[in-house]
Amino acid sequence: MKILVPVKRVVDFNVRIRVKPDGSGVDLNNVKMAMNPFDEIALEEAVRLVEAGTATEVIAVTIGPAVAQDVLRTALAMGATRAILVTTDIAPEPLAVAKILTRVARDESVDLVLLGKQAIDDDANQTGQMLAALLDWPQATFASEVTVAGEAIRVTREVDGGTQTLELTLPAVVSADLRLNQPRFVSLPNILKARSKPLSQIDSATLGLDLAPRLKVQRTEEPPARKAGATLASVDELIDRLRAQAIL
Amino acid sequence: MTTLLLAEHDGTHLSPDTARAVSALAGLGDIHLLVAGNAVGDIAAAASRLTGVGKVLHSDGASLAHHLAEPLTALITSLAGNYEVIAAAASSTGKSTMPRVAALLDVMQVSDVIAIDGPRTFKRPIYAGNAIQTVETTDSKIVLTVRTPLFEPAPEAGNAPIESVAAPGWSGRTRHVETQKTVSDRPELGAARVVVSGGRALGSKDQFDAVLGPLAEKLNAALGASRAAVDAGYAANDLQVGQTGKVVAPDLYIACGISGAIQHVAGIKAAKVIVAINSDPNAPIFALADYGLVGDIFTLVPELTAKL
Repeated sequence: MKILVPVKRVVDFNVRIRVKPDGSGVDLNNVKMAMNPFDEIALEEAVRLVEAGTATEVIAVTIGPAVAQDVLRTALAMGATRAILVTTDIAPEPLAVAKILTRVARDESVDLVLLGKQAIDDDANQTGQMLAALLDWPQATFASEVTVAGEAIRVTREVDGGTQTLELTLPAVVSADLRLNQPRFVSLPNILKARSKPLSQIDSATLGLDLAPRLKVQRTEEPPARKAGATLASVDELIDRLRAQAIL
Repeated sequence: MTTLLLAEHDGTHLSPDTARAVSALAGLGDIHLLVAGNAVGDIAAAASRLTGVGKVLHSDGASLAHHLAEPLTALITSLAGNYEVIAAAASSTGKSTMPRVAALLDVMQVSDVIAIDGPRTFKRPIYAGNAIQTVETTDSKIVLTVRTPLFEPAPEAGNAPIESVAAPGWSGRTRHVETQKTVSDRPELGAARVVVSGGRALGSKDQFDAVLGPLAEKLNAALGASRAAVDAGYAANDLQVGQTGKVVAPDLYIACGISGAIQHVAGIKAAKVIVAINSDPNAPIFALADYGLVGDIFTLVPELTAKL
């Protein structure tokens, strides 16, 4: 079984982002970047399937400028077999990403696409579902457990008010939620080994796809701030305040 | 413009999310509500009473039984020609289904809409709610999901006509095995007026239940938890509040032993009043709480429960 794992390069989840004062976006200058944490979980799951002998190959793919190679090197150090960088000079929206990934998934004849449920920058939560639709493959979003059984994959997914288990005929698209696994730490020897693993490049302009953005971002601003209130001395005072406000 | 809105339900009851989505989208024009499921005639009837709904489309069939994204997408895309806007609540069903619909219509979805600024202009949170983006769509059709807890439910004073729509066939490449619902007699987290939430400081599942349970009971509150508490196994997965969990907007949110990581804060910012009880006076949660109590949760929470 061949698994494709799309990984997005995003602002590291520990970084507190700054909105530009002119409203033109989020300041990404000199900000630490990293692999989208949900994609890291998807990649970990794919590598475990190889280690279990279920999968034969894990192909990591990212879409972006040349510098996005760094997340592919991380993916290779985590255990991906090889990597593909699809170069673009625009920041593609989920629909454009799904179109590019559709092409890669078909060209590589993969059996499974495992990816994060959402990227922690745009929080769109669309790419996996769009990809499944364009490929006309079954999908399971928000996976917290994945087991492979022959030509099918069984996925337990987190839904509102509980969990749901689905069985998908392969090929399929599965998006990873937080509890699927705990990604491994990358060791130095594996980082060194990753340097010699194959990393190929595709120029997105050669794919003949319409990748133009459909959403115009008019403004990016800070959310309305909540001001810190009062520190109270006692439970009685809290109850009085809440009653005075008719909250209780 | 006419909007096709996918109704949210659990197979038995129309979810309050639907009424909230109706009021969120009211400014965009007429709303047709799509009630899709297996034997959901009663839900269609309930949907027809929501004020602001011009018509209910009722689609009944076995393929629609488990909210699977594939047959729902087939149904919605078959109706899409009549609508300028296609919308759903940003629930697990809406999040799974609408991007599939959008891709097949070749449009970019606008996810997690928190405000509608104009017929094509929407506000949505990015970076875990640390920034708000205003986007204008250039697509011919608009596909969007709505963050429903932020909107008041539409009242039930309407009487819309109900029209039957054929359920789609389904290839069965996705097979439903089982759905396990968390059984609870507490109010649903996303719709509760009061939420009592706990963090890792509770120390164990037993203490989580013993300390927070009685307070939630007294306030008829939903229980919530931080990611740390869920990861530690003190609370069930679906109680997680935050960017990767549920976004809540109760009248009162009581955070007990929660430090206030940005992802958690992203999920509670819309609460009317936030109370924080924490032994660490420097916990970030105090920077946004309306009322803070510094002290031991194992003393203060039971005291609060007793005095209410």
